[in-house]
Amino acid sequence: MKRNRKADKPSGSLASALKGKLIGIYEGLGLPRLIISCFLLFLFVLAFIMKMDITILISDSLVRVGMNGLLVLSLLPTLVCGVGLNFGLPVGIVCGLVGGVISMSLDLTGFAGFFAAVGLSIPMALVAGYVYALLLDRVRGQEMMVSTYMGFSTVAAMCVFWLMVPIRHPAMIFAIGGQGLRYTLTLSNNFAKVLNNFLAFRVFGLTIPTGLLLFFAFFCFLAYLFFRSKVGIAMLAAGANPLYAASSGIKVRTMRATGVVMSTVLAAIGILVYAQSYGFLQLYTAPLYSAFPAVASILIGGATLRKATIGHVIIGSILFHTLLTIALPVTQTVLAGADISEIARMIISNGMILYALTRAGRR
Amino acid sequence: MAEKTVVMGPGKLARAPRWSLAGFLSRSSVPLFFAALCVVGMIAARLDVNFLARELIIRLGRNSFLVLSLLIPVTAGLGLNFGIVIGAMAGQAALVIITHYKMTGLPGFLLAAVIAAPLGILFGWLTGMVLNRAKGREMVTSLILGFFANGLYQLVFLVLVGTLIPMRNPVMMLPSGIGLRNTVDLIEVSYALDRALDRVWNGMISFQVGGFQVGPWRVPVMTLLVVAALCVALSFLARTRLGQQMRAVGQDMHIAEVAGINVNRVRIVAIIISTVLAAWGQLIFLQNIGTLNTYNSHEQVGMFSIAALLVGGATTRRATIWNALVGVLLFHTLFVVSPLAGQAIVGIPQVGEYFRVFVAYGVIAVALALHAWQSKIKK
Repeated sequence: MKRNRKADKPSGSLASALKGKLIGIYEGLGLPRLIISCFLLFLFVLAFIMKMDITILISDSLVRVGMNGLLVLSLLPTLVCGVGLNFGLPVGIVCGLVGGVISMSLDLTGFAGFFAAVGLSIPMALVAGYVYALLLDRVRGQEMMVSTYMGFSTVAAMCVFWLMVPIRHPAMIFAIGGQGLRYTLTLSNNFAKVLNNFLAFRVFGLTIPTGLLLFFAFFCFLAYLFFRSKVGIAMLAAGANPLYAASSGIKVRTMRATGVVMSTVLAAIGILVYAQSYGFLQLYTAPLYSAFPAVASILIGGATLRKATIGHVIIGSILFHTLLTIALPVTQTVLAGADISEIARMIISNGMILYALTRAGRR
Repeated sequence: MAEKTVVMGPGKLARAPRWSLAGFLSRSSVPLFFAALCVVGMIAARLDVNFLARELIIRLGRNSFLVLSLLIPVTAGLGLNFGIVIGAMAGQAALVIITHYKMTGLPGFLLAAVIAAPLGILFGWLTGMVLNRAKGREMVTSLILGFFANGLYQLVFLVLVGTLIPMRNPVMMLPSGIGLRNTVDLIEVSYALDRALDRVWNGMISFQVGGFQVGPWRVPVMTLLVVAALCVALSFLARTRLGQQMRAVGQDMHIAEVAGINVNRVRIVAIIISTVLAAWGQLIFLQNIGTLNTYNSHEQVGMFSIAALLVGGATTRRATIWNALVGVLLFHTLFVVSPLAGQAIVGIPQVGEYFRVFVAYGVIAVALALHAWQSKIKK
């Protein structure tokens, strides 16, 4: 950003001014975003050359962006309040799953089922988020490492819970043994795709999952409003400069805790949005690595360990999840079967996180 | 855990005297807790001690080297090196190479160790460079680096082998001729090290004491000797100039820098040593297992090794050879016992299986949290 400003000064020739502009654009975008945008473009060109059905690719991408968007958004509060990347997203996610499981066991269907799941998971996420926030407050400076393993151990502990939970609904438990929830629960009789199909319409062969995108947009708007509110601005201040914030009377610890609780609640709702779109509730070890794609998304959107905005969330969700969605069919068509999309996902998402981790130290 | 008392009473920095019973108890609270858990599990499962001992002897040989490879980065202040999975990948690459060229037995195993070393040095050097750019966040960075390297590893062995890297081997490769199979049979080097001394003594222990059968156990003699040699080498290293520099860097990077130590270099050396040792450790692990799960064998190495070390009472800033060895014994006792105990207590064996995964993750979470908490209180 600094170099950008220098380039704006009248510094002689047009060429150097132009160069300055280009550098400015480059710095604004950042190398990783540039690479990923180019890669995405390259994939679309490939798909076009291979005469693949681009409208299907775009429709699928829209669904994927919508279903993951809320999980990406759930990382925003912790980045803003200064806690850092919340690798402990599974803490919230399992709350959402418990809500979904209870809603299923009550045989609720459609929107009632979905909103019951959300409603049930929010109080759990509030409690879990608060406890989690207390822990993170005690480990300040090492939040990312501790949260990663808090997430892992929560998922592992919940594995025991799924086995032992006293739900006897025949469609949900293992066919033999009479106890223990199945690894994946099918939501087709409950609330699968309720958001996706809400007001969905087709245009130019594209299927627009209106409800899903509206739901995501609604939460982005709520977040936007929140960060304009008094509490939101206090949280921004607490994250940007804790000492300064404390001296101007902001309770930094409360702000950090609020951020963590918000993140946990959003993650709980986010996984339910994901599940209804996917059509399945994935229990047991499925949520183990769920934080990493979300983290990669927000970083690809341009967030750093110090700064994140709703714009980063939206751009990151679109870039990363479009990439993931179209990488699989395109590479499969081009490479005749070899599936490198999973590998590409690992390299891109973890490379992105590494990039953010190694850059933040150099100021 | 020396700082346990600090945790118990925040604000009060009272420490137990070093050699009192209370001091011992507080320092060893973690291993003692897990020992108690193991005993409870053993009683609940009515476990055959003879069977347990046989398992532990095998697992001690199999895992100790990997766990010991974690010690040096802890000394050098880098914390727990989750990057040992990268070393494990180097070891596996070496095994793929020797299996492809049909090297067998101990010579083949030693050749794998020779091939793994330069790979480990290269990977360790790269890891060290990355970690030096993420000071204060080494652990999370090394964890993510492991995931990232896993992506590259899969790219090499699933896509590039057979395309960019010329290789023809229908036994090891997928039918399409691109990429390695999910499992590679290591029959030619299986037990190469464990049973290297068979001509002297095959390690069988089986006798009776007062009508009570002891054994039959088969001790991996050579492997245990190698582990012992590594322990000696590690304690020797601690006394050298390099070892002292590592301790200095581990205690305070800035003071070490002022004292004229090239901090970044020492940290890179620590990671290189750790990575090479992990590569060899993975070789030892796999020659005992006998098959290479091409895409999975390395994944859990970091987590299980680190959990074992922590169960042994190590912290992210202090880890000894004893922590490593005791940790391997306790962690693997728990590993053997918990499914059986799960079956006995609640009637579902999976409960125990998930429980031990929970223990592995939970131990790491608690250790990291305690460490971060303590260092915050000290400030």
